[in-house]
Amino acid sequence: MVHKSSGEVSSRVNQRAYGADRSTLFAQQQWVPAKERSNEQWLAALHGPKKDMALADLRIVLVRGLRGALRGYTSGVESLVEDCVQEALIKILDNLDSFRGESHFTTWAYKICVRTAFAEMRRRKWRDVSLEEAILGRKASVSMPVDSLADTERITSQRMIMAAFRRFVDEELTVKQRRALLAALGGMHLEEVARRMGTNRNALYKLLHDARKRLKRRMTAEGLSPQEVLSVFS
Amino acid sequence: MFNQDIFKMLLREIAETREVEIGCDECFEQLDRFVEMELSGLNTAQAMPLVQDHLEICGECREEFEALLLALRATEEA
Repeated sequence: MVHKSSGEVSSRVNQRAYGADRSTLFAQQQWVPAKERSNEQWLAALHGPKKDMALADLRIVLVRGLRGALRGYTSGVESLVEDCVQEALIKILDNLDSFRGESHFTTWAYKICVRTAFAEMRRRKWRDVSLEEAILGRKASVSMPVDSLADTERITSQRMIMAAFRRFVDEELTVKQRRALLAALGGMHLEEVARRMGTNRNALYKLLHDARKRLKRRMTAEGLSPQEVLSVFS
Repeated sequence: MFNQDIFKMLLREIAETREVEIGCDECFEQLDRFVEMELSGLNTAQAMPLVQDHLEICGECREEFEALLLALRATEEA
């Protein structure tokens, strides 16, 4: 997501939404039944002379929905909702032609709004974390708890399997795949890993899918199934 | 390289890995239809298996799907 200042976004949307007389518009917001509008009516309104009114209606719908979607999040949600709805409205207007009518128009609009909000939350969360830090984040080895009843044979098996798996990772994956995999496993969101690697979330997902397939094939070739290996660690 | 918890997480992902998977963009394209089917109580896993599979593997898309469900429910309540 190209981050825009809330002022810039607000200005663009307000320009579109509130081009009409504000008092008339706000009066309309109280009673225009946006919920009952069909997809065709939404599209016609957003393309037509009543665009400003429809956009104002849509803003209300999106704010309500996004507040509901982010109910479990506590800090800074209200300003995030306002900013993200503004940004989402611009994306919606720019992508109206890609709406295929396979859902309600408002569901499609929510989808864009939710993704915009989560992209921003993830950007904020990882703002000060480098890719290297994410890779190192959960990489450190954790010593196994000392258990007097532990089966030493089982621990030995676990260590051997992990050593073999590390070798598979080194031998099967490219450097790029290893870095992306470790950062993602370290908890960093894919779009933030992607941003730091100069790619995008979709391409990164495909890179990681290829990495998982390579590891799965190697395990199969070595006579190991993920389920069986997991049972050794349960 | 990674600890036991991460190793187990990776193993679960590998276990769920399929030869053919859609990416985040394709999932996003179909997510509005998928979420409405889910809300209607239809069998999404049967109707849109690739989206279902993607949501099981991709934490980001799953998070957005769950938020979308909450958004729709919030507006239904209003």
